[in-house]
Amino acid sequence: MKKVISNILTALVYIFLFAPIVILLIFSFNESKSLSVFSNFSFRWYRELLKDRHTLEAVRNTLLLAASATVISTIMGTAAAWGIDRLRSRWYRGFMNTVTDIPMTNPDIITGISLMLMFVFVGRIFGARNSLNFWTMLIAHVTFCLPYVILQVLPKLQQIDKALPEAAMDLGCTQVGAFFKVELPEMMPGIVTGAIMAFTISMDDFVISYFTSGTGFETLPIRIYSMTKKTVTPKMYALATIIFFVTLSLLLINNFIDDKSTRKGGKKAKKAKKAKKD
Amino acid sequence: MKKFTALVIVLTMALGLVLSGCGSSDKLVLNVYNWGEYISDGSDDSLDTIKAFEEWYEQEYGTPITVNYTTYASNEDMYNKLSSGAVSYDVIIPSDYMIARMAEEGMLQPLNFDNIPNYQYIDDSFKGLYYDAEDKYTVPYTYGVVGIIYDANVVDEADVGGWDLMWNEKYADSILQYNNSRDAFGTAMYKLGIDVNTTDMDQWQRACDELIAQRPLVKSYVMDEIYNMMESGEAAVSSYYAGDYFTMQEAQADHVDLKFYYPEPTNFFIDAMCIPTCAQNKELAEIFINFMLSEEAAIANAEYINYASPNKIVYENEAYIEDMGPEAMEILYPELGNFSELYNKYAYRSLDVQMLDHLNTLWETIKIN
Repeated sequence: MKKVISNILTALVYIFLFAPIVILLIFSFNESKSLSVFSNFSFRWYRELLKDRHTLEAVRNTLLLAASATVISTIMGTAAAWGIDRLRSRWYRGFMNTVTDIPMTNPDIITGISLMLMFVFVGRIFGARNSLNFWTMLIAHVTFCLPYVILQVLPKLQQIDKALPEAAMDLGCTQVGAFFKVELPEMMPGIVTGAIMAFTISMDDFVISYFTSGTGFETLPIRIYSMTKKTVTPKMYALATIIFFVTLSLLLINNFIDDKSTRKGGKKAKKAKKAKKD
Repeated sequence: MKKFTALVIVLTMALGLVLSGCGSSDKLVLNVYNWGEYISDGSDDSLDTIKAFEEWYEQEYGTPITVNYTTYASNEDMYNKLSSGAVSYDVIIPSDYMIARMAEEGMLQPLNFDNIPNYQYIDDSFKGLYYDAEDKYTVPYTYGVVGIIYDANVVDEADVGGWDLMWNEKYADSILQYNNSRDAFGTAMYKLGIDVNTTDMDQWQRACDELIAQRPLVKSYVMDEIYNMMESGEAAVSSYYAGDYFTMQEAQADHVDLKFYYPEPTNFFIDAMCIPTCAQNKELAEIFINFMLSEEAAIANAEYINYASPNKIVYENEAYIEDMGPEAMEILYPELGNFSELYNKYAYRSLDVQMLDHLNTLWETIKIN
């Protein structure tokens, strides 16, 4: 009996999780525009999507922004975590931790508005008429991705035995060498998770992008939102389906690689996997 | 050393800001801000208007140009972005009441109509309207009339006509009302014959009572959801714009037969192209507006958006009339008599803050009831 109930509950959870995606997927192949009647199977909306220059540009913009924000925030975040970990004063360390967490706990809308105000203010000083553009959006995205990277990297760093880099230096490594040869590999799982988080958060951010976007750079979430005056076209279902499958295959590949390295029995891989579970 | 590195980083970032702020000045750039899905974009083998403009301009003037085309979802979104002073757009396409507000606040520039010769094709009934009485700031882009959409398989032909259909008890639980105070009150006020821009609180109260009386009949209060609910036959009566009726009809389920009529009086809107004061290239913006009025672009846009065009070369074009079909032409371009008189009398104007507050309080009482 208990098992039946738990099975039903599990099924319900999965239905609620995946039903919307399945519906979207089905209707992206609908011949007509309707969301209520499935008239015929066709690739019409995929063809339309490929012809829609502005949407494709929005996709490109979104990916470009997410990728650059990820690279910058991962490097900065790792460096910051390394620095915070090395702070001697307990009080100061706690203070830095709280300060870096603020952008994460702050409501998006406040971060968005305050960033916009700052950009406008700085823009005015330099006499720019368009103070919002790709670079302001990039700064904004790095700002809100950064705490997530730090949050992922810092615990990894704290797990490392402080004697390890010292031992490396004893054996003739320079300080830089010890960092790259000993500490960095140990931090890697945290850095990768942080980077993936930064990428996904940057990709689906709407609120902050909405306030900091300028005249020439439109990301996908903003474009889709602005379609709501009229209806969102089924082109967007097609696009969402493609994005879903790309993410899914990336996840599968990721899991496959993980699996393989675990089976090899590498100590590091096992550790990495355990860390991921944590 | 560390301090030096930090300084270098700060300087490069500052430099990046400055460069990006005024970097693209050597190439011609036109910033256009429009509603989403409100221009022909090349799908279904239509004309890609923006691309066509870029190509045409380069051929005509010999300089390459980039059009930065971005979109917004509501007049208020656009207004907020512009009034923040963070961006400078060259062409915007707001609705009538927003134009009135922006003109009053000095956010719009008078147009130089020497650069917009195609303005002659705009029908005279779209000139001298309340939001721009002297025709200084605007060139109309689209207009529309609100009508009632109903499912002919559910609604008796005998009940059709006027706003009463939305209050007909026979169709309880199949009626959709706007989830937006201004539009919802509009339906009640047109029904009762009250001026929608009145400042008389008693009249607003009367409309409010009418909406409370309608409440038990209403299936739900909706905005965009209206498309799906009407297409699938979930609801049978609603009021919406004529142009959007075609979108619904195109996607209706087999057992649904959507039809449309105009109650009297009813609401009108006009969206018009303007140049805000923050524009960086006014002349280029005027050339763009002129291009949007030219035959090929204007027809492609009208066919894509499905709203009525105030441009004579569109609605008198034979190919366009044939493409739209007689039913669509009749609905989109109804014989209304004197358009400008009706428009000035029945279209929404912006209410002052005090009225808006009052309206929202009334609206809350309806929703809570």
